[in-house]
Amino acid sequence: MSRTGAVDPVQARYASWLEWGTRAGFLLLVAGFAAYTTGFVPAHVPVDRLPSLWGLPATEFLAQTGIGIGWGWLGLVRGGDMMNLVGIALLASCSLPCLAAVAPLFHARGDRIHAWICALEIAVILLAASGLLAIGH
Amino acid sequence: MSRLHFAIALGALVGGMLPQEALAVAAPGMPVAGAMSWWVWPVALFVVCFALGIVAVPAGVGGGVLFVPIVSGFFPFHLDFVRGAGLLVALASALAAGPPLLRGGLASLRLALPLALLASASSIVGALAGLALPASTVQVALGLAILGIVAIMAAAKRSEYPEVKAADRLSIALRMHGVFEDRGGRQVTWQAHRSPAGLAIFLGIGVLAGMFGLGAGWANLPALNLVMGVPLKVSAGSSSFILSLVDSSAAWVYINQGAVLPMVAVPSVIGMMLGARIGARLLGVLSATVVRRLVLALLVLAGLRALLKGLGAWN
Repeated sequence: MSRTGAVDPVQARYASWLEWGTRAGFLLLVAGFAAYTTGFVPAHVPVDRLPSLWGLPATEFLAQTGIGIGWGWLGLVRGGDMMNLVGIALLASCSLPCLAAVAPLFHARGDRIHAWICALEIAVILLAASGLLAIGH
Repeated sequence: MSRLHFAIALGALVGGMLPQEALAVAAPGMPVAGAMSWWVWPVALFVVCFALGIVAVPAGVGGGVLFVPIVSGFFPFHLDFVRGAGLLVALASALAAGPPLLRGGLASLRLALPLALLASASSIVGALAGLALPASTVQVALGLAILGIVAIMAAAKRSEYPEVKAADRLSIALRMHGVFEDRGGRQVTWQAHRSPAGLAIFLGIGVLAGMFGLGAGWANLPALNLVMGVPLKVSAGSSSFILSLVDSSAAWVYINQGAVLPMVAVPSVIGMMLGARIGARLLGVLSATVVRRLVLALLVLAGLRALLKGLGAWN
């Protein structure tokens, strides 16, 4: 395994934040899935109904299960299946704090371009996450 | 992933997906499935992903590129859910690999961030287009894309230390250069060239990643290594890091469109990550060439299956 002798502090900070975010997301995902599949937390869509639904397009699946598009799932998060989306959302978001943490470091060392790129990347992920772009088939 | 994570994940899978009648304590109100129980497909998915994870590492490919064509071709899930799960498989692998690569200098933030910015923006466009198009159209395009990927993988050469005589102005402005410590403690300095072409390529890669949920390591690596002249190890590490941002954007589009079904996504992610751990341990045992040929053959079969399924010739 090749590695550098001295770790760049910017990369080290990103790595630390990413490590914690990924660990939290993964543990939440596994715990949520265990609670869901064992029936410890009742699902919004019963598991035995899934085989008749998972062959449908996503928009039709949402229509048949009464789940809203965008952030509609959050209102149903007490259901075991919807609870799993919290872990998934955490994994899809865990780069955001990392980017926010390193942008000031880039700025402090005079690398304004990369500070701005971090800010723009945060904006792109937030736009994707906002649900404003949600469309149907 | 630590041993604790490994044990927890395995326990959740074994305990969670077995039929309720097989568990000592069945939860009240939990329905028991009929002849073709609901849990058969998620368990099969876990097993297949575990196997894919094992072969993906020695073959040097990301799990996502294997996952989408194979699962969409041979499992009953709609392509929307398969692509959503494929993105999460690629995302989880990239996130887990990120910290050691960054600490080791094998992923370069300065190199990866500009490329990731463009690719993650275009991945949103790809994801929206892929979810808006009819499934049969996407299936045909997926089949063609997979067969194209096989051709790229079979033909592409790699250069461990590409010669970059002079960095271009844009790569100098974006500080796309660095040093990493290679085998034997040798310090290797590197710089990038042809950065405008590289940025344009990553725009296209983002669209493909979002549209097909493939992950895009197969394209990132040659773009960084062969086009931009980045050393192979830094290309591989930065490629993985770029995936973590590109797939985050695209995954959010799939989540918001309802195209992430936990019963499909979670067994896939866990199976692939556990399999990759075994695959990493088998690196020195298995012949990389043989495994790579096996994976290419699998991809040809899966690509043809996707193509013919999309055309209605093999349903």
